[in-house]
Amino acid sequence: MDYLYYLREDKMPHIWCDGCGHGIILKSILRVIDKLGWEKDDIAMVSGIGCSSRTPGYVDFNTLHTTHGRAIAFATGLKIVKPNLHVIIVSGDGDATAIGGNHFIHAARRNIDLTVIIYNNYIYGMTGGQASPTTPVGKKASTAPYGNPDAPFDISRLAQAAGAAYVARSTVYHVGKTDRYIEQAFLKKGFSVVEVMTPCPTSYGRRNKEGNGVEMMMFQKKNSVGVERAQKMSEEELQGKIITGVFVDKEQNNYLQRYEEVIDKAKQINQ
Amino acid sequence: MAFRYEVRLSGSGGQGLILVGKVLAEAAAIYDGLNATQSQSYGPEARGGASRSEVIISDGDIDYPKAENIDIMLALTQEACDKYVVDLKEDGILLIDSQMVTNIPKGNYKVVALPIIQSAVERLGKFLVSNIIALGIITKLSGVVSEDSVKHAIRARVPKGTEEINIKAFYTGIELAGNWLEKHGSL
Amino acid sequence: MEKKTNPNVRMWQGNVACAEGAIAAGCRFFAGYPITPSSEIAEVLALRFPVIGGNFIQMEDEIAAMGAIIGGSLGGAKTMTATSGPGFSLKQENIGFAVMAEVPCVIVNVQRGGPSTGLPTHAAQSDVMQARWGTHGDHPIIVLCPSSVRETYDLTIRAFSLAEKYRMPVILLSDEIIGHLTEKIEIPDPSTIEIIDRKKPTDTPENYLPYKMDDSDIPAMANFGEGYRYHVTGLAHDETGFPTNDPKKIRAQMLRLNRKIQRFRDDIVEVETFNTDDMDVLVISFGSTARSAKRAVINAREKDVKAGLLRLKTIWPFPDKEIEALYKPVRKIVVAEMNLGQIAHEIEWATRREKPVVRVNKIDGEPITPNEIFEAIIS
Repeated sequence: MDYLYYLREDKMPHIWCDGCGHGIILKSILRVIDKLGWEKDDIAMVSGIGCSSRTPGYVDFNTLHTTHGRAIAFATGLKIVKPNLHVIIVSGDGDATAIGGNHFIHAARRNIDLTVIIYNNYIYGMTGGQASPTTPVGKKASTAPYGNPDAPFDISRLAQAAGAAYVARSTVYHVGKTDRYIEQAFLKKGFSVVEVMTPCPTSYGRRNKEGNGVEMMMFQKKNSVGVERAQKMSEEELQGKIITGVFVDKEQNNYLQRYEEVIDKAKQINQ
Repeated sequence: MAFRYEVRLSGSGGQGLILVGKVLAEAAAIYDGLNATQSQSYGPEARGGASRSEVIISDGDIDYPKAENIDIMLALTQEACDKYVVDLKEDGILLIDSQMVTNIPKGNYKVVALPIIQSAVERLGKFLVSNIIALGIITKLSGVVSEDSVKHAIRARVPKGTEEINIKAFYTGIELAGNWLEKHGSL
Repeated sequence: MEKKTNPNVRMWQGNVACAEGAIAAGCRFFAGYPITPSSEIAEVLALRFPVIGGNFIQMEDEIAAMGAIIGGSLGGAKTMTATSGPGFSLKQENIGFAVMAEVPCVIVNVQRGGPSTGLPTHAAQSDVMQARWGTHGDHPIIVLCPSSVRETYDLTIRAFSLAEKYRMPVILLSDEIIGHLTEKIEIPDPSTIEIIDRKKPTDTPENYLPYKMDDSDIPAMANFGEGYRYHVTGLAHDETGFPTNDPKKIRAQMLRLNRKIQRFRDDIVEVETFNTDDMDVLVISFGSTARSAKRAVINAREKDVKAGLLRLKTIWPFPDKEIEALYKPVRKIVVAEMNLGQIAHEIEWATRREKPVVRVNKIDGEPITPNEIFEAIIS
C-alpha cells in the first residue's frame, strides 16, 4: 500500500524521537484504513495534547487537535452532528486517563460510536518525562526522581469496567495483533478502545535504564502474555508482564441508536 | 398613568405558589390583555423553607419586576408571613390562613384571615388545592383580573384530569372572599 | 368555551426564551451540564430537539459540554451550551480554543452570585470581566446582556448571527433575575428574523485556506466531512491551519483575530438610550439592573431631575464610543451593577475620569432597587 497517500508529506519530518513507537501505531492505523477502503473525506481524527496527539497533523483527513484531555468531548459533538464520519481519537496515557479521564469513562458508559487508540508509554514525553497515571510504582520520572509513589491505572480494565463495547491491548512489537485489534475496533458500532504499549526511550527508558527503542521493544516481546494464558497465571507470575489480547467485544446499542429511540418516543408524544 | 399592582404569594416550598403566580400572571397577560411578570425567590430545597412568588400586573411597561410596595400578600405559613410582610404597603391586604398564621404582624394592613387549607381538606377533600382556593380569594379581593380569565388560565395550566377540582377550588375561594366581604363590608 | 387569545403571546421565562431563540436561530445541537440557574435552557432543548431534528446531550461535565459544541460546530451545526458561574470558569480553556480556532458557537452564562459556589439561586452581574478575560491570551470576545425575556430571545438569535458572521464564540451574559423572570412575550414572525450563516468556501479543496488572510479578515469555514480536509488546532497556526513558530505568520494571524472585532465593532455594539437628550445625570446599566435604572430615571424626572439612561446591550466590545457621545454635558454618571464596579471601572477609563462616577453596587444576591439608584441620581 501507499502510506504517502494518507500522509501530509509536507508536514514531515515528524516530531517523534528515534526509537519512539508512535510511528508504528500510525502505520497500523493507516494499513487498516486502507484495508477497509475508507475515503479520506469520511475520516476525522481528533486528538488532545502530547506526543501521540500530534498524529492528526500528519494525516490527510479532517483533523482536529484539541485541548489537553478533551479530544473525546470534541469528538462526541462532531460524531453526533456528522454521524457518517468515522471518528478516530488518538491519545496518550496522560491525556486520556489523567486530565481526560472523566471523558474517557463517560464515553465508554455512553457507548458512543468512537474509536480511541491510546498510545501508552507510561510517561508524559512531550513535557519532559513527568509521571503519568500508568507509570508503574517505583519507576522514575522527572516528577518522581526517587521512584513513583503512585499506583498505575490498567487502561484496558478501566475501559472495560466503564462499559466500552470493544477493548483490546497490544504492543508496537506485535504489529499483526495491533492491526487486527484496530480493524475490529474501527468496525465496532460502539465505543472501542485499543491500548497500544509503545516505548519512550527518551523520557522513560533512559531514566529507568531500559535501553533504547529496540531494547524496549524486545522487552515487550519477552514480557507480553496473551489474555487467555494470563488467566491461568498467578498475580505473582504476572508481575511486570503486559497482558495483551481482546478484553471486551460485545454488541450493545450505542448512544446514537438510543437517541433515535428518544426521537421516536418524542414524536409519538408530540404528535 | 399606568397602574401597577403587586402580589406576593408566600408559604413553604411545595405549596404550589409558583403555579398560582404563573396562573395569575397568565390570566392578566394572555386573557385580560394586560402586562404581567412573575418571579420567585427560593432556596436550594424543593420542599419546605420559606418561599415566595411575586406577580406584578400593569397596563403599562413593567420595568422593575420585583415587588417592593405590595398591594396584596398571601401568607400560608407563620414563617413566611413574618419574613415577607415587610414590603406590604400601607393599607395593603394581608391574606392569611387563619389556622397557620396565628400571630398577626403589627402594621397598618387590612387583614383577611380565612380557613384556606381547612376548606381544601374539608370541602374538597384535597389539601393540594389550597393554593387554588387562595387564588380565588385573591382574584375576588383584588379585582385586578377577571374571574373568567383566571378560570381559563387555570384550565390551561393545571395537570390534565384535575381541571374540575381546581375550578371548584377556585370558586370555593371566590365564595370565601365574597362571604368575608359581605360580613366586613368592602375592603 | 374557549377564550380567544393571540397564539404568539406567551408567558415565558427568560431561560425558555433563550432556548426558543436558539431554535429560531437554527441551533440544532446543544451540549450541557446541569447548573442552577441555567438548567431550564437544557431542559427545554432536551424536550424540543428530538421533535425538530436537533440533538441534545447531557455531558459528563462543563468542560466536556464546551468541547462538544466546538466539535459539533466543526461538523457544520449551530451549537450552544448554557451554564452559570462555576461552570463558566470550567469552560474557559475551551472557549479560548474556539476563539483561536475561530469556531462559531454560543455560550450562555446565567449569572449567579460568586465567587466559588456562591449564591446558586440568586442573581449577580459579577462575571463581566470573566466574560472578557476569562480565557488566557490576548483575544477578542463578544458579550451580549439581555434585560428582558423578549430581549433574551432576540439576543440569543443575535448571538448566533454574530458567532457565524465573525467565526467566534459569543457569550450571552444573562442573570438569574432575567433567566427566571416570567414575562409576556410576543414571538416575532419567523420571516422577520434575520438569520446569518457562516461563510462557506468558494475555493476548491486544493486551494482552500481555512485561515486565509484577505480583505474580509474573516476566513470562509468548511464543515468537516464535506471534502475539505483541513487541520484545526489551538496552537498558533498559519493560513493553512497548521502549527507554526514563524513570528511573522503568528503576528499576522493574531492581529487579524483581534482586528475582526475592532473593525466591525459598530456592527456588534448595541446600546439603548432613554431620556438622554437634555440630561444632566447619565445613568448607565445593563441586564436586569437596567430595569431598576429605568424606573429610577422616570422617578427622577418626576422630581424634575434631568436623568437619562444608557443601557448596554453589548458589553464587549465595550461601548466606549457610545459613552463618549453622551457624557460630555452631564454633571455626573451613575453606574448601577450587581458587582463591585466592573463596568464602572471601564466607564471611568472611557470618560477619562472627567466626571464623577457614582457607583451603585450590590453583591448580596438581592436586586438593586429603583430607589437605590434614584438616591444616587439625586444625591
